[in-house]
Amino acid sequence: MRSGPGTGGGARGTAVRLALMAVPAAFLALFFAYPVAAITARGLYADGRWHPERFAEVLTDPGIGGVLWFTLWQAAASTALTVLSALPGAYVLARYDFPGRRVVRAIVTVPFVLPTVVVGSAFLGLLGRGGLFHEWGTPPVTGPVAILLAHVFFNYAVVVRVVGGLWAQLDPRQEEAARMLGASRLAAWRTVTLPALAPAVAAAALTVFLFTFTSFGVVQILGGPRYATLEVEIYRQTAHLLDLPTAAVLTLVQFAAVAALLACHARTVRRHRGTRGLVDAAGTARRPRGARQWALLVAVLCQIVVLLVVPLAVLVERSLHGPDGYGLTHYRALASTDGTFAVAPQEAIGNSLAYAAVATCIALVIGGLAAVALTLPESGRRVGRLVRGFDALLMLPLGTSAVTVGFGFLIALDEPPLDLRSSWILVPLAQALVGVPFVVRTLLPVLRAVDDRLREAAAVLGASPARVWREVDLPLARRALLVAAGFAFAVSLGEFGATVFIARADAPTLPVAVARLLGRAGESNYGQAMALSTILMLVCAAVLLALENVRTDRSGEL
Amino acid sequence: MAALRLEAVTVRFGDRTALDAVDLDVAEHEIVCVLGPSGSGKSTLLRAVAGLREPDAGRVWLDGRDQRGVAPHRRGVGLMFQDHQLFPTRDVGGNVAFGPRMHKASREETERRVAELLDLVGLPGAQRRPVTALSGGEQQRVALARALAPRPRLLMLDEPLGQLDRSLRERLVIELRQLFRRLGTTVLAVTHDQGEAFALADRVVVMDRGRIAQTGSPVEVWRRPASEFVARFLGFANIVPATVRGNTADTPWGEVPVPPGTPSGPCTLLIRPAGVRPAEAPGRGLPCTVTARTLRGGGFSELSLLLDPADGPALEASCPLREAPEPGTTVTVTFDADDVVVLGRGTEDGVA
Amino acid sequence: MITTFRRALGVAALGTLTVSALTACGGSQPSDEGEGKKTVTLVAHDSFAASDEVLEKFTEETGYTVKVLSGGDAGSALNQAILSKDNPQGDVFFGVDNTLLSRALDSGLFTPYEAEGLEKIPAEYRLDDEKHRVTPVDTGDVCVNYDRAWFDKRGIEPPNTLDDLVEPEYKDLLVVENAATSSPGLGFLLATVAEYGDGGASQGEAAGGWEGYWKKLRANGVEVVDGWEQAYYDRFSGSSGGENGGDRPLVVSYASSPPAEVLDADPAPEQAPTGVATGTCFRQIEFAGLLSGADNPEGGKALLDFLVSETFQEDMPLQMFVNPVREGTELPEVFTRYGETIPDPHTVEPERIAENREAWVETWTSLVVR
Repeated sequence: MRSGPGTGGGARGTAVRLALMAVPAAFLALFFAYPVAAITARGLYADGRWHPERFAEVLTDPGIGGVLWFTLWQAAASTALTVLSALPGAYVLARYDFPGRRVVRAIVTVPFVLPTVVVGSAFLGLLGRGGLFHEWGTPPVTGPVAILLAHVFFNYAVVVRVVGGLWAQLDPRQEEAARMLGASRLAAWRTVTLPALAPAVAAAALTVFLFTFTSFGVVQILGGPRYATLEVEIYRQTAHLLDLPTAAVLTLVQFAAVAALLACHARTVRRHRGTRGLVDAAGTARRPRGARQWALLVAVLCQIVVLLVVPLAVLVERSLHGPDGYGLTHYRALASTDGTFAVAPQEAIGNSLAYAAVATCIALVIGGLAAVALTLPESGRRVGRLVRGFDALLMLPLGTSAVTVGFGFLIALDEPPLDLRSSWILVPLAQALVGVPFVVRTLLPVLRAVDDRLREAAAVLGASPARVWREVDLPLARRALLVAAGFAFAVSLGEFGATVFIARADAPTLPVAVARLLGRAGESNYGQAMALSTILMLVCAAVLLALENVRTDRSGEL
Repeated sequence: MAALRLEAVTVRFGDRTALDAVDLDVAEHEIVCVLGPSGSGKSTLLRAVAGLREPDAGRVWLDGRDQRGVAPHRRGVGLMFQDHQLFPTRDVGGNVAFGPRMHKASREETERRVAELLDLVGLPGAQRRPVTALSGGEQQRVALARALAPRPRLLMLDEPLGQLDRSLRERLVIELRQLFRRLGTTVLAVTHDQGEAFALADRVVVMDRGRIAQTGSPVEVWRRPASEFVARFLGFANIVPATVRGNTADTPWGEVPVPPGTPSGPCTLLIRPAGVRPAEAPGRGLPCTVTARTLRGGGFSELSLLLDPADGPALEASCPLREAPEPGTTVTVTFDADDVVVLGRGTEDGVA
Repeated sequence: MITTFRRALGVAALGTLTVSALTACGGSQPSDEGEGKKTVTLVAHDSFAASDEVLEKFTEETGYTVKVLSGGDAGSALNQAILSKDNPQGDVFFGVDNTLLSRALDSGLFTPYEAEGLEKIPAEYRLDDEKHRVTPVDTGDVCVNYDRAWFDKRGIEPPNTLDDLVEPEYKDLLVVENAATSSPGLGFLLATVAEYGDGGASQGEAAGGWEGYWKKLRANGVEVVDGWEQAYYDRFSGSSGGENGGDRPLVVSYASSPPAEVLDADPAPEQAPTGVATGTCFRQIEFAGLLSGADNPEGGKALLDFLVSETFQEDMPLQMFVNPVREGTELPEVFTRYGETIPDPHTVEPERIAENREAWVETWTSLVVR
């Protein structure tokens, strides 16, 4: 009888869903669709008519063809590499209980939030000619290989968090049951755990693909002028060449690609969706047993050190490298107001935290409402299609060039009643746009895995639909919600592409301040940039660690 | 006034009709058990009453009030799920307290109620235990306590004992009945297990593919199944087409006596195993070979015999343990008119 | 129960935050207007800087407070300004240089205004002297920088001219920026255009023009990166960022980069760790202008006057590492001690840049990048 349509019948369910969807839809329409449409229209509409012929002109350009091909293959390769190298980590961090687990989990997320400017130069210092590894005798790693490695560095956390979040909640007894039925360890994993994980793996892979498909800073720095993704090309065409027609065509091409991707993803998820008896994550982790499990743990930790910690360490090393050997000179310089800024660089820390907090709240409200609307039981085929379209719309900001959004804000939100040109709210709004997809993607698998009858049990016991959500969904999704909040906060802290165009000069965020410092010659500026990056890294680590430590509440209500 | 009244309630899932114009009354303090195979629509019936599924047609009345458009949380009914559906993030106390909290009971009152119910279900002091650490029987008790806590005007049980082992089930079903009697709870339960239904219920409702096949007291239903479907569902196997002539009927097993007053003509005949009398001494009757025997019945005082008659399909008989013939022996079978039932044609077509 | 309460509180707080955030942004507008015309907004690229005292002085003198909006690097800030010209973000735009000037002027971004004190600026910098749509504010020389230590260690003479750079002894030593995306990259390309002229195939191999020069440069192992940051900090061995990892001792940067390297050094070194190849320079002139449709044109005019005033011009070098345009402005010591004056930098007439910029960049891209 599980297939029964929803609580309280179709019409009411649909009304509730539409009401829940209204807020996120309005948000996206106003702060995403409208600005992006405005900037795209500038490129394709001129002299009183549309110019569809610009598509052909742009797409037949061999240079653009090269960009498209590079964008595609590096994204595919990066995704495969990231998922493969991060799955063991996701498993170990979800299922093994060992001292320092929380710290490790926080560490793997740190790269994700670092500004690409900084990571790019850290990777060059590590892999490039004259870099650390080069000095040790390995050949210099540049171009595509360096890009792929940096992409793994950035996106490792996506797989660990998204897949691990679900993995921790899968009932280990299901796999045990399969093993009792004669399945080998591998077969049990393949037939029981993998299918249950599939939606999360698909979600993570999709996210990584989207990120690498639209990768900007890493490609710009490590790829040089020879390698460009669509995103980099859109940036060049918009910000440097002011060739809006080309930028508009490329934006639409990127849109189409992302939309196709999302459609694939939606189909995969639908096929694999099902109730998978989730259990409390706190109960599933245990100490590793036996040489094999310890070996796996050690191997994963080594991988994390080499892949994630060493590049971060290069940053710290550089921030401490002052004119008279190692010291805190650059950190002290952050407090002074003379030089590059109207304000002391350290004020960027406060700005960033405040912006990110607001952006996180917005992203949680918008993404949370959207996720709840998407998990309401389906009622009717038409509503189903609407829901899927909505789901895809929520992901589109990830597939949109930051420069498109940044420039779009400037030309679209410039007249009353929404004259936000010099308002601080633009920054958290732009940051929340990138945060919302994270919140939705993190919450959805968990909310969808909640057994409907659990909700019904609560309803029959007297809980109104809103109360059911709060009493049943929220506690089960609390972990996911924290993960989502952490992600939203982290990407908000690290957002650079759009922020740089809309942040006020007297209130720069950390990445903007880092970029500004790096934009000038001088040892002090460079050292301060590294110091600020280190601080950004530590702030993120601290926030993520705090989230890790929030008790998973299982004590009940009384 | 009936505590619950269903009037022509119909529920469809696409082309399939899960409930087909069902009428049912449950009186206050009555324990009614809906019995039927899986897919007969019995769970849908509970969901329609609970408001989890709005009927496509018909009305649900609770205490004389039409429930159309009333949300589940406002109906004041309790529902215990087959697999309990305890809230995994809450402990035992948190689960039981859920209902009272939703009804805005004070903290003291809630705590008192939780303690009282845990005593009642035999788990005193279990408030702080996590539900994931409970055995199946304990989970069932917690689920019951949770369902009872908000004092529902109607308690519905979906396969309440389905997942428990047999001996526990037999003990619990008696405990449950005593408990409901003592509390005066109005109960609507569904199960596929006739033993459970007969032990629990004041009245049994047998369902077949969305329709009510028979309603009656357990004894009535047991003694006089209304149709071949009901008979077969209750586990009777000796069912054959027959033609009644006066006091006997022509069957594949030869002539069988029928109760006085049975109308003449073709019909379907059930001979309960108790009415099949095997005798080891040769004599008048149907010669059969004993092919198997199994212990059954309370305290295993009876044996069930499987007989292979010279004519007609296999026969099932029951006889006291001491008199049971060994498999392989040839016996002569006679029939007792008291255990011969002429079945209605109600849903006969559906039973191939 | 406590948890429930806390959770409810959390939800409420969230909601309130969002609502207040959204109302705050709506609310901030009227208060800005309430201040009347007391604020003048300067739109600039993110290298703009001025010391607090100097900005306060402006407020003292004129009664206007300056609000600075920045929008990315020089190129993108200009493009942003052009995009939003119908409804400009502010009153004055600072940061368009002679290489991109035509783009700004053609788009009608600026309203003419003849700033007070313009006569103190040499005529060679006043590129729009007929209409006064833009006012020159500073100059900077894009030059090849070299890593002193690297050349000293090997006993090689550092290069001084563009011709030197194609010599075999400087093979694989130079890193330059992408002319399509970087302002110094474009500047360096223009230096070569000024030196070698448009070659074309017809004039024989001796000429070859700038295209021929770049072919030779490419054969000599020039490396192209996207932006100045990567070139200077990641690849140039003479910078503080590159001293560990940088592999190229020659980079296209500014004549003011060496003084910047030693700005905070204590004790002050004998000479800067980097030097300037003075024969490789291209002069950039940076302009500011009054935005058409400015909310506060009077304030904007006052700000333009101020940008070429002695106060601002003297403050500017250490803030932005550029040279003042006003004659007789005293340079800070660090500039005179460690910097080089470029007596005869390469220049290209603005009209010629306007006409050919895009074609040059396209040709350059196909010659050097692809």
